[in-house]
Amino acid sequence: MTQNMIPRRRLLQGLGGAATLGGAAPLLALLGGCATPARADRAKVLVVGGGYGGATAAKYIRLLSDHSIDAMLVEPNRSFVSCPVSNLVLSGDRTMADITNPYHGLVERHGVRLVHDRVAAIDPAKRQARLAGGATVTYDKLVLAPGIDMMWDSVEGLQAAHASGQILHAWKAGAETEALRRQLEAMRDGGTFAIVIPEAPYRCPPGPYERASVVAAYFKRHKPRAKVLILDGNPDVTSKGPLFKKAWAELYPGMVEYRPQHKAVAVDARSSTVKFEVQDDVRADVLNVLPAMRAGQLAVQTGLANANARWCHVNFLNFESTAAPGIHVLGDAIQVAQGMPKSGHMANSHAKVTAAAIVAELQGLDVNPHPMLTNVCMSYVDATHVIHVASVHEYVPTQKTFRTIGGSGGVSDVRSDLEGAYARAWARNIWADVLG
Amino acid sequence: MSLTRRSGLRAPHARPPALRLAALALGLALAGAAASAKDAQRLRTRSLAATCAQCHGTEGQAVEGEALVRLAGLPKDYLFNQLLAFRTGQRPATIMHQITRGYSQEQLEELAGYFASRR
Repeated sequence: MTQNMIPRRRLLQGLGGAATLGGAAPLLALLGGCATPARADRAKVLVVGGGYGGATAAKYIRLLSDHSIDAMLVEPNRSFVSCPVSNLVLSGDRTMADITNPYHGLVERHGVRLVHDRVAAIDPAKRQARLAGGATVTYDKLVLAPGIDMMWDSVEGLQAAHASGQILHAWKAGAETEALRRQLEAMRDGGTFAIVIPEAPYRCPPGPYERASVVAAYFKRHKPRAKVLILDGNPDVTSKGPLFKKAWAELYPGMVEYRPQHKAVAVDARSSTVKFEVQDDVRADVLNVLPAMRAGQLAVQTGLANANARWCHVNFLNFESTAAPGIHVLGDAIQVAQGMPKSGHMANSHAKVTAAAIVAELQGLDVNPHPMLTNVCMSYVDATHVIHVASVHEYVPTQKTFRTIGGSGGVSDVRSDLEGAYARAWARNIWADVLG
Repeated sequence: MSLTRRSGLRAPHARPPALRLAALALGLALAGAAASAKDAQRLRTRSLAATCAQCHGTEGQAVEGEALVRLAGLPKDYLFNQLLAFRTGQRPATIMHQITRGYSQEQLEELAGYFASRR
């Protein structure tokens, strides 16, 4: 660890504590014009996890505080590999380079302090994080964006089959995306690719159906006798169902088969077979099994996964954990509000509400009582045609949660190449919004 | 005139020191509160605009050469009228009619004003 990573003294301890007391807030608001900026200059926010949520939070804490609050981002990966669009790497329509972006814009343009390390442990009482590399970082506010981890025990035999590289999930974009692409390339024409989907909630509701669609597009071009089998743990397609089913029927007749109510319980890697709770076993040439998911391990070990020991309950006004004051959790790891998907776009929206609330609190301003979120999920059904689902959400103080706004949101009328152009633009713009 | 005369009778130097201090403190506090309310409003407007940034760029600065429009620097009236036209369905769209119906008319006007002010 270098000198600049040595934590500064936590000067804001008293202010941070006072600001959470209702009676002290008006006093802080009165002092806001003169006393707090100097103190806020020294406030430090530690952001753990540099995905769609965490990287956005680090950038927007700097941006919305006019660079007066320190933000340190701890992320082990050297570059940002996007899960959205990664299915097009599987189909051969994009390269890994196309979905990989650098982090240096956060440092050079926004003054975020970037540390490529992993947080080993958090001490919420001391407001300290210990890095795997050995350093200890003290913070005023912690933003935890740990993403998801797999619940390996939900499918017997899967962890070993995954470790040996035989059965992949490729649900965190990176080396595994390329490995699954190689399996698809190596598969014989006439073979079967099966994707196994867990019960909702899981990361990226339309993602598995998009993957099935674009893999079918690849087969149609290169292995026309191959099959795509969708084995869904849910009673029906969980997102954009009619649009996906129409695309499968019209673009890939006889190639894509959808089977609901297939909850996987075990795999056998040697025979490349999946066993289900009720239905018959299924053998496939390439098996892509997504197990049940939960909040990332760091959130679980810190005691923040207080929703069914799986997801993290938060106060939706500022995304502060209900288990630990001073720790804000966002992205796929949270227990979502109604109609709120676990998506990259939504994690980016969480991060902006969180950043604004943290900046307001540290600067002695009133926290916005009416934050809003948007979500747009674009799915490719082949290399160029796209369908979307969109929603707008507002915080409802009387219910202390987000609700989708009546009359807003919806899905595409039809799949189109116009939305294909918008999907491409969405990706480039959100990557710039997260990192640029 | 009588006001002037009365205030003349109560010249600042005639005030007891404690009262002067209290007046000064109150003045500072009010100025602070006003500045603070302004800062809070500025933060809220920027946060509202950030809900557009995923598609249209941070502070309206969209990536150039792509299909989604850059909002920064467009005239306020134009932006506001387009947003309303999306909202009513007068301007056909794939998605913007669904998005704009999530915002009040006042919010759309606030957004139009914000993006018009960006360069």
